[in-house]
Amino acid sequence: MSKEQSFYLKKIKRNKINIIFAQILITIIFFLLWQILADKKIINPFIFSSPKKIMETIFSLYQNYNLFSHIWTTLYETIIAFGLGITLGFTIAIILYECKTIAKIIDPFLTMLNSLPKVALGPIIIIWAGANMKSIIVMALLINLILSIITIYNGFLNTDAYKIKLLKSFGASKLQILTKVVIPASYSTIISSLKINISMSLIGVIMGEFLVSKKGIGYLIIYGTQVFNLHIVMSGIIILILISFLLYELIDKLEKKLLKEK
Amino acid sequence: MTKILEIKNLSKKYHAQEGEILAIENINMEINKGDFVALVGSSGCGKSTLLNIIAGLDNKSAGNILFGNENPKIGYMFQSDCLFPWLTIYENCILGLKISKKNTKENQEYVLSLLKKYNLDEFKDKYPTCLSGGMKQRIALIRTLALKPDILLLDEPFNALDYQSRLAISNDVYEIIKKEEQTAIMVTHDISEAVAMANKVYVLSKRPSTVKKVYKIELENSTNPINNRKDKKFMEYYDVLWKELDVNV
Repeated sequence: MSKEQSFYLKKIKRNKINIIFAQILITIIFFLLWQILADKKIINPFIFSSPKKIMETIFSLYQNYNLFSHIWTTLYETIIAFGLGITLGFTIAIILYECKTIAKIIDPFLTMLNSLPKVALGPIIIIWAGANMKSIIVMALLINLILSIITIYNGFLNTDAYKIKLLKSFGASKLQILTKVVIPASYSTIISSLKINISMSLIGVIMGEFLVSKKGIGYLIIYGTQVFNLHIVMSGIIILILISFLLYELIDKLEKKLLKEK
Repeated sequence: MTKILEIKNLSKKYHAQEGEILAIENINMEINKGDFVALVGSSGCGKSTLLNIIAGLDNKSAGNILFGNENPKIGYMFQSDCLFPWLTIYENCILGLKISKKNTKENQEYVLSLLKKYNLDEFKDKYPTCLSGGMKQRIALIRTLALKPDILLLDEPFNALDYQSRLAISNDVYEIIKKEEQTAIMVTHDISEAVAMANKVYVLSKRPSTVKKVYKIELENSTNPINNRKDKKFMEYYDVLWKELDVNV
């Protein structure tokens, strides 16, 4: 390896390390500043809490309120909503791609449903599905499904027309065109929709838990607000950020693995 | 000469909200085995539509298309190489065979022999991203030849390439077509490409497209497209076709 090449590789590595270092530094400064401002009473620690208090609250939640059971409930609901959303979204996108007339008919309804704030449907969902986990999953499903359909369907539509024409010239059936070109060509769009879907599922689950739940991180946040214990609220938010980050990273790793295999 | 394709009074109409659009009107053509025919004409005159109709991808409104045999096999090559990045070179080459359910051992061996013949066998397990533009175009041709077509349709196959690659690859493609004794119909905008590669040039008029004139290209010493450009009669044909196309910029 030449000196220039080795210098170039080192430069890339150094750049990566610098970025990670800057990210860690920003996080540390943020929490440190927050703690100092709370200690010096520049911000009201009762309203804004503090990193130290949050750590204590998380520990206390773990000891007294079965924290992992709450985390698991939220995760379980998110995974179910995610699985249903992606399966239904993929299936409906295929139906719309194959039946262009149906796609044209339901296009305005999809747009309307997509722009509708789904939380407005919360009370109706509770009445229809009951005040239980079903309502939470339906709420999350409503949020992630429409977006999944639109993203995957648009991915299908963007398939290279020449590739489709090539398969037609080989005498390919509709099913062969779908499985040999349209779906494989939309691979990266489908993976992107997984990323969007996992975030949307978590948002939907928390919204659902705000409305109707006896367990979950959303329930802890609402409980904290009701008893005016903002340390619980802040702890819930921090846990949610961590869950959201971990789920996103999981999909990201899956994407890299699948794309490498391909 | 064995007649392989005859087109009689072919017309094509499109229906739009503004009314009927006549794209092709009374086109007549005769293609013999081993012919290399070039179709030239202004943009949007219906050259690609004509190829689509021959390939059975579009319907004709009137006229007849008569093939030399009952079940003609047609190979189609486009502007883009259309290689599938998720398939290896070999998988790309046998894609047509798989789809048309002709993926027999004999045909697979034929594909491997083509890859070897054109020095591409070492890339058979690699993915298209590893290949240069020219190699990709040769693979696309091998994928088309794998089906042992009776007629090869080339729709501006070198359009996406820069000028130098275009010259080199058109030379490669021409030599493969000649070695495999194929009959080809090529759509092109490039008059020099048409004169250098074809033995017959059909000049099409503006929409509705009709055959304005047919030129038999008889160069003094025809070898390959690059050398053909140096032929004494090359410029004569070029000038005549240029005038015939009546290009207004």
